[in-house]
Amino acid sequence: MKPASFEYVAPATVPEALHLLADDTVDSKVLAGGQSLIPLMNLRLAAPERLIDINNLRDLAYIRDDINGLHIGAMTRHTDVLASTSVRQMTPLLHEAAGFVAHSQVRNRGTLGGTLAHADAAAEIPVALLASNAVITARSIEGERQISVEDFFQGYFSTTLRADELIVDVFLPAMPPHGGSAFNEFSRRRGDYAIGGAAVVLVFDDQGICESARVALLAAGPQPVRAPASEGLLVGHRLDGELILAAAKAAASSANPVTSIHGSAEYRRAVIEEMVARGLREATQRAGV
Amino acid sequence: MVTLPTSGESQQWVGQPLQRREDARFLRGTGRYTDDVPHAFALHAAFVRSPIAFGVIRSIDVRPALEIPGVIAVLTSADLGHATLTGFLDRDEFIKTAMPILANERVRFVGEPLAIVIATSRYIAEDAIEAVSYEIDEFDPIVAMDDAQRTPQPIHDEAPDGVLVDLRMFNDDELEEVLATSHVVVDETFRSGRLQAAPMEGRGCLAEWIDRDDQLVVTVSTQLPHQVRTGIAQALGLAERQVRVIVPDVGGGFGFKAVLGREEVAVAAAARILRRPVRWAEDRLESLTASFQGREQEYTVRAGFTEDGVLTGLAADIRCNIGAYSAFPFTCGLEPIMAATEFLGVYKVPRYASRSRGIASNKPPSNAYRGVSRPQIVMVMEGLMDRAADRLGIDRVEIRRRNTIRAEDFPYSGPNGITYEPGSYLEALELCAAQVEAAGWRQRCEEAAPGFIRGIGIANFSERNAYGTATMGLRRMPMTPGFEVAHLAMDASGDVTLTSGTCSAGQGHETTFAQIVADRLGIAPDRIQLRQGDTDLTSFGWGTFAGRSLVIGGGAAAVAARRLAVQLREVAAQLLSVDADDVELVNGHARVRGTGASISIDEIAKTVHFRSHLLTDREEYLLESHGSADPSGMFSNGCHAALVEIDAGTCAVQVLDYLVVEDCGVIVNPLVVDGQVRGGIAQGIGATLYEEASYSPDGQPLAGSFMSYLVPTAAEMPPISIHHLETPCYQTETGVKGMGEAGTIGAPAVILSALNDALRSRDAWLEHVPVTPADIQRLLALPTKMESS
Repeated sequence: MKPASFEYVAPATVPEALHLLADDTVDSKVLAGGQSLIPLMNLRLAAPERLIDINNLRDLAYIRDDINGLHIGAMTRHTDVLASTSVRQMTPLLHEAAGFVAHSQVRNRGTLGGTLAHADAAAEIPVALLASNAVITARSIEGERQISVEDFFQGYFSTTLRADELIVDVFLPAMPPHGGSAFNEFSRRRGDYAIGGAAVVLVFDDQGICESARVALLAAGPQPVRAPASEGLLVGHRLDGELILAAAKAAASSANPVTSIHGSAEYRRAVIEEMVARGLREATQRAGV
Repeated sequence: MVTLPTSGESQQWVGQPLQRREDARFLRGTGRYTDDVPHAFALHAAFVRSPIAFGVIRSIDVRPALEIPGVIAVLTSADLGHATLTGFLDRDEFIKTAMPILANERVRFVGEPLAIVIATSRYIAEDAIEAVSYEIDEFDPIVAMDDAQRTPQPIHDEAPDGVLVDLRMFNDDELEEVLATSHVVVDETFRSGRLQAAPMEGRGCLAEWIDRDDQLVVTVSTQLPHQVRTGIAQALGLAERQVRVIVPDVGGGFGFKAVLGREEVAVAAAARILRRPVRWAEDRLESLTASFQGREQEYTVRAGFTEDGVLTGLAADIRCNIGAYSAFPFTCGLEPIMAATEFLGVYKVPRYASRSRGIASNKPPSNAYRGVSRPQIVMVMEGLMDRAADRLGIDRVEIRRRNTIRAEDFPYSGPNGITYEPGSYLEALELCAAQVEAAGWRQRCEEAAPGFIRGIGIANFSERNAYGTATMGLRRMPMTPGFEVAHLAMDASGDVTLTSGTCSAGQGHETTFAQIVADRLGIAPDRIQLRQGDTDLTSFGWGTFAGRSLVIGGGAAAVAARRLAVQLREVAAQLLSVDADDVELVNGHARVRGTGASISIDEIAKTVHFRSHLLTDREEYLLESHGSADPSGMFSNGCHAALVEIDAGTCAVQVLDYLVVEDCGVIVNPLVVDGQVRGGIAQGIGATLYEEASYSPDGQPLAGSFMSYLVPTAAEMPPISIHHLETPCYQTETGVKGMGEAGTIGAPAVILSALNDALRSRDAWLEHVPVTPADIQRLLALPTKMESS
């Protein structure tokens, strides 16, 4: 379990990192927290020619309030996300999701940008960001662009991020009044990747009618996915127990989990259904309706 | 000479909850494990391993690897002279097969070593692995035990039907008749999954040939220093003296290191061939998929009961999937023998017959794992009790009570040919049942939240341990383990060095052995240093396994200490001009009874070393003694209870609370005993709810990392309360019984019992471990008894 040899560079500034990324003659990989990349390299499932270590880019580690939400720098560690009062108050879903990320040792190193770029369908943060309708800012030597999280994930461990781009910032809209969210996942052992899970954001009008619903599923297919069929059942209605069960069922039938040693696809679908149901109940309750 | 109070109790160290002397270095990261032992010039080994479960090796081409800068050598079986290790029992029912050090002609499991690469770093060695090419013609592998019947190609030609050991040790002509006339017969099949012990520190070694000593010095992480020496010497054609095995701190053994692996032999061989030091540290992938596993067993049992729930007889057909090879030195007969012999546990079973087989498969070889077969047999016996109780309408505790061996039955001889010395089998059951009531578990069961179901389990069992030569001899290994010899030497400062052939894998021997010796010498335990794990330093011994260390090693140390105490009293008597019989050793002094005259033990030690001319009556010089112990073996016993909860939404199982009654005789150190119990239960919970070394039908390992092999963490552990009973065993001078395995033995049975209690409304029983959420889902989907009636 030792990696193949690789070149290692640790740029001191973002422009320097972008210049390195722009070099398409070398197969490069960005090293952020390294909590997925290093094990993959040790198992020789990944063997990049060059590692661009961005841990010196301290100006990418921040959590900044905005009127409409939060800007979080790509190099912000999960631990700092978890500890942030702003995150807890403005985007409670991300706070809740960060608590499910592995163990403190992993959270101390792992970063928001890193887990997003890695795009593991069973990882918590990408699904939480999908449910949060986040906007990702990617930068290259060509300039900067905003990518809606809706357009970011592109199949198994892949994204629409270009090889010369670096994620620099993630914007999360603040939870509106009459909004509620919940993050639920199940793993056999605490801290593991989810067997199934769901991130839910619900917004209600002042009559308690659901105005918008975002239901995103963990480990439900090759990439983080929403469950539009489930969301469609909720919008325009008051959420009672029966509707919640129907919406959970709809979410589960849209899910495509794979059989693994931790459970069959059928079992995993049942877990997703349960997680959606619990999430909808909790989010409704938290919204105060 | 000083005057001490003429009376006053000596400090008694046995029984004290002394903090472990080892803890400071373990917790601060200053322990020294095999891979921490520095060597400036050591080369690094890595193994080319088979990706194929079963096949014939057509060719191996190592030349491309040799061209990589930094690669020193790539050795195959031929380079090692086709060396082998052969673990066998000298009995007709056992088929002797050899395990080549590097695969020769055939590969028999994924991960089997084909070649050893020696390079200047492990990184380069792993590059070289990728450069070695080979051709293997594949056969259909034998993965499950039933596969052996349908495959024409046997794993070992010596055993065409795949059965390497087939024991019918216990027969009873009248059993069938008894079962036929029993009020009920519970007829069930129980299964347990394949496990890996997963110690924090994997295997590892550092081997160097030293010309000066004409010796191969092998630093190795093992539980068996002397048996590793014997195995390496035999495999490499060296005299025992030419191999020195040194064992530094060991980061967990659990039986996983009560074995000699082929990798350690290959590294030793490479060091000898190359005349250069070579080191190897197993990585987790190798540890999980290419080392030793165990516990994959199936029990088909029929148990007869009277109308009152009293056992009438038991027939068992036991099959163990022993993997591809017979491990050295304990052999693939280990699990079948222990399962058959100790099956009956704490119960009176009038008639018993069993057949017990070890069946080869294309998986890594099996070896001991903490508890060896006892977790299974207890799971089976307790499962039978629960089933019978249910069918006869008898309370689960009551049916156990009716079958348990009682105080008045001892010494009890069962149909398994074992005579049981006193234990507290019924007392443990009663205490445990009373504690369950006192803890309000029944109330807690009723208070489960909607969507959650709770149940209570109970398991009463024994743990046979400290097998001496008389018992081990019955197995017919070519070398019979059992005795220990301890040496004690007091130096000129009055400090004592104790050497033992036992070898701690982290259990705290440095603390507990010192407590035993301290009481006999009247000095503090911190004056006693245990040295272990070095074949040039200690007498020949048998290492650590099966609860033997403190009983046999500690028993030998007690004898040596008693003899050293005699010497100290005799010297004191000369120096104080009194009779030695009037001298007692108390609080660091030799004190004359009644007069208060005394001399410090430090002063005695100084005199013996530096002024021996004063001791004209002494025939011997210095202060040295030895002692030995070889008990036949004994049973600790215990009773566990568990409160579990099922989340019907996720089918997750959580153990909410856990109760232990433990009787291991005299307790030397309660902290160590409780730690052993807790650690064992953690592994037992792992075996019951989380861990499985699973394989695909084509023999590929599916659990190659801790993301897929789920060892429980602190978050999965329940609170555990432990109650002690003490029934001493005087096969040694200490009254101690072994107790390292009780936790792993009791936990699967008790959790399964609790789950079946929680699911009692369903007309189905869980009879296997590990229990996965999918199993729970299947049972919850069944109609309840009420719905179906």
